[in-house]
Amino acid sequence: MNARDPRALDVNGLTIRTDQGRTLVSDLSFSINAGSRLGLVGESGSGKSLTALAVLGLLPPGMNASGSIVLREAPDAPGTEVIGATEQRLTGLRGRAATVVFQEPLTALDPLMRIGGQLAEPLRRWRGLRGPALRRAVAEALEQVRLPDPDRITRAYPHEISGGQRQRVALAMALACDPALLIADEPTTALDVTVQSEVLALLDGLVAQRGMALLFVSHDLAVVSSVTDHVLVLKDGAAVESGSVDDIVRRPQHPYTRDLVDSARHLESALERIVR
Amino acid sequence: MSERTDLNPGPGEAAAAMEPAPVVDSAKEAPATRTRRSPALVTGCVLLGLIVATALVSLFWVPYAPEDTTGGRLTAPGLPHLLGTDKLGRDLLTQLMTGARIALEAGLGAIAIGAVLGICFGLAAGFATRWLDDTLSTLLDVLIAFPTLLLAMLMVAARSASLSSAILAIGLAMTAVVARLTRILVKRVLAQDYITAARTSGTSWPRVITGHVLPNIWPTLVVNLAQQFGLAVMAEASLSFLGLGAPPPNASWGRMLQEAQATVFTAPTGVIAPGVLLVMLVVGVNLIADGLRDTLDPTRRRTR
Repeated sequence: MNARDPRALDVNGLTIRTDQGRTLVSDLSFSINAGSRLGLVGESGSGKSLTALAVLGLLPPGMNASGSIVLREAPDAPGTEVIGATEQRLTGLRGRAATVVFQEPLTALDPLMRIGGQLAEPLRRWRGLRGPALRRAVAEALEQVRLPDPDRITRAYPHEISGGQRQRVALAMALACDPALLIADEPTTALDVTVQSEVLALLDGLVAQRGMALLFVSHDLAVVSSVTDHVLVLKDGAAVESGSVDDIVRRPQHPYTRDLVDSARHLESALERIVR
Repeated sequence: MSERTDLNPGPGEAAAAMEPAPVVDSAKEAPATRTRRSPALVTGCVLLGLIVATALVSLFWVPYAPEDTTGGRLTAPGLPHLLGTDKLGRDLLTQLMTGARIALEAGLGAIAIGAVLGICFGLAAGFATRWLDDTLSTLLDVLIAFPTLLLAMLMVAARSASLSSAILAIGLAMTAVVARLTRILVKRVLAQDYITAARTSGTSWPRVITGHVLPNIWPTLVVNLAQQFGLAVMAEASLSFLGLGAPPPNASWGRMLQEAQATVFTAPTGVIAPGVLLVMLVVGVNLIADGLRDTLDPTRRRTR
């Protein structure tokens, strides 16, 4: 496995079942090359968030994954099979190989820990920083996601800053791990529309700047197509269609995809009618 | 002992409730880390402090010897017996002072047993696999359903009527309540996104537990333990009232109440004094619990 392999994530025949035998995701296959981007689109309950969690071996108790998920920290590094890996192996993999930005930043941040403390955690773990160097790195990480007044944010609790600021902090925490693959699970859904585009642009820029691979999970085809180049459409836990953004939006093949595209268009045309 | 698991909304819920607040405003000001001193906390500390001081003084000095019956029976408050004497001629103030010590000993002892055992069982059940959790929970349910009074009577029958029997019975009953609360809190915190988020960045389990789980269950747990302390003092007084607590000549407030009830109209001080002290202690501890809740949880802190 030492040959150079460009795939940061390679999912093959992923199937997720509950202990009761219900199939939530069936036979899903996709791969993401280092530095490229894939959008995972589907309605709620289509299994897209579960897929994201399964990639890190973090399925909730009572669910089992089968198939194959291979994560690769660097193109020339040997890949690691996530399914069936020991907890210890996975802990070493999470963060460095891939990490997640969640939908709701308020619940994804520890309510009783100051922002500085939470941001310091991955920095301490992944860069071995301590003391003043750690404090400097925290401030830098906050500046990188363009948060004003890093001093104040460092000392604040999550409930003391705004939703957009919280999501920037969550993004900073994910980037602090310097992962090969960033999984963004509906990262802008909980935000105001105006803040949404700012955070999206920031995410877009930082991922491009660091050459990370991106798995962008969302129900919103418009959002996905603005940041990714390839799209995989999920329905009821199975892939219905995949291809480049251009193809999917212009020439949707599957009726479900056509519905998604049409509903996005519908909104747009309604808006245009009002503007005229 | 009543069960009070759901009185305090946890930090998570409180945070959710805070969410719609105008965050823009708070974003502009510096986050206030200084907090207004909670009036409940101050009042509670004063009340508890008075009782603790009394108990401490009684270690070194009491007006009369506890067994001294030379003062005449049922004298009214005045001199030389400030609060009068009981029906055997013992000085009431002396008994109240040593009673304070017994009340605090009972509360602390029961809390120590309940907290240590309860938190250990609760953590075990909270983190355990399905079947171990089910077994522990069923066990705790049985223990909760078991009346404290019956437990105390069994304890007295098996050992002897003493303060330590009472403390053991109260402590065991409290264990069940604390364990159940701890288990629920652990489960709730483990289901939170920030635990998953911490794990996605490669934080190890021990670090997740010490860094995120314990700090998040701690405020609710401390507040509950403070309330349980009040309940334990009350329980000890009830047991002593029924003759299941510390035997004479130990002066327990509960037994003083029982002894004085026959003469409640001729010498009301004998009932009023221990009753007032008991209320002071329990109310004081509950006020402290309320104050702690506001102070320990940053999402509930009222800012200047």
